Amino acid sequence: MLKFTAEHEWLKIDGDVATVGITTHAAEQLGDLVFVELPEVGSTHSKGGDAATVESVKAASDVYCPLDGEIVEVNQAIVDDPSLVNSDPQGAGWFFKLKLNNKADAEALLDEAAYKELVG
Amino acid sequence: MDVVSDLKRTPLHDLNVSLGARMVPFAGYEMPVQFPAGVLKEHLHTRAAAGLFDVSHMGQVIVRARSGDNADAARALESLVPVDVVGLGEGRQRYALFTAGDGGILDDLMIANRGDHFFVVVNAACKDADFAHLEKHIGDSCELTMLTDRALIALQGPRAETVLAELWADIAGMRFMDVRACDLHDADCIVTRSGYTGEDGFEISIPADRAERVCRHLLDHPDVMPIGLGARDSLRLEAGLCLYGNDIDTTTTPVEAALEWAMQKVRRTGGDRAGGFPGAETILAQLTSGAARRRVGLKVEGKAPVRPPAKLYADAEGKTEVGHVTSGGFGPSIEAPIAMGYVPVALAAPGTPLFAEVRGKYLPVTVAALPFVANSFKR
Repeated sequence: MLKFTAEHEWLKIDGDVATVGITTHAAEQLGDLVFVELPEVGSTHSKGGDAATVESVKAASDVYCPLDGEIVEVNQAIVDDPSLVNSDPQGAGWFFKLKLNNKADAEALLDEAAYKELVG
Repeated sequence: MDVVSDLKRTPLHDLNVSLGARMVPFAGYEMPVQFPAGVLKEHLHTRAAAGLFDVSHMGQVIVRARSGDNADAARALESLVPVDVVGLGEGRQRYALFTAGDGGILDDLMIANRGDHFFVVVNAACKDADFAHLEKHIGDSCELTMLTDRALIALQGPRAETVLAELWADIAGMRFMDVRACDLHDADCIVTRSGYTGEDGFEISIPADRAERVCRHLLDHPDVMPIGLGARDSLRLEAGLCLYGNDIDTTTTPVEAALEWAMQKVRRTGGDRAGGFPGAETILAQLTSGAARRRVGLKVEGKAPVRPPAKLYADAEGKTEVGHVTSGGFGPSIEAPIAMGYVPVALAAPGTPLFAEVRGKYLPVTVAALPFVANSFKR
């Protein structure tokens, strides 16, 4: 199941674990990333809380946690090479895997059609 | 309310939009922050070939002595800047600072001697205040004209000379900080060999109605790429150049800002025309005895950019705050984060270890000599 947030994150949900990243639209808006900071594995986050930070040449931006849950894995590859987020934001440029406190919460997120309408 | 409609547009607005620029509000103007290539590629292209910048938002002012004697205009300007203007030869340009009575900086600017007048370029955000300042203090002796019908572009980078020479053969005769009148495709231009990137290059004032045509000719050259304000900022940061409003403002003096090089001996204590500018008492005393704090370069260990107004500490626990960052980001040419900030002089020596607070962490930084990237001016 693929879901989106209005804050430009995508979630690929498999069982009770969501793989989370930023959308192609967000990556284009941010421009070339030069730094990514990811959360600690084992840390717990609430929906809407800061989970990661991305920085372009010009500015820093927060990546929010899309749902309540615990970080079970992070993608070290984007820390080593932040340009991966620009080249493949919805694939190899994923950020972290989140074990959802309540997977039913995901139902309320946007589907792909609704997200596409949002970003025009 | 449509905020965008309140913003002014430069004569190159349509060209910028047609090139795919992302436009943002800056100093009351709609300006291109980046083009489709993106900040990183634009920055590297400028260092490798040539970048074209629209800087038409900046203020262009003509200062002409009412007496008809340009030396009177030079003396009038010297009453507002701690800089040798009287000794600035015809056809030459120099960096200057408008100082305040307490020694703070009202703006930084370029002053060019055009023979029968001075051509002055000031920052966009300050231009109205600067013009009022000029009117108030030297309006009696000088006729002041803000050129609102001209664009200003910069062509910067190692290929800038070759590219511009295809439009104007005489360009090779110019050296760093020369100013000349020239005719580019029937456009009556003022060219200076200067810029804000640390690279060799030119700034060109063009009549507004000819600006797009001249730019299209330049952009036709395979070495030239349009560059936005994003890369302009990362280029000037690597070059160790101050951004007014960040690194210098009314709360910083020229000595604190490490701009002693801009104040020639003739205006300093013991010089033939010592003092006689606003804030002279404070600034001359600091030139002799030093200031308590100083602008320095900062190399950041690790990969996280350190941005203003990050606080600087002497220790890794954040106990002793010693200053703050005024500019900072990622330096694409040195492939590392860099910053500038103010620290006490005792901590201003290159190599001094400090710590910058970023998102609650204290990241190690080291005071570094400026510029970060060696300049390549054709002196």
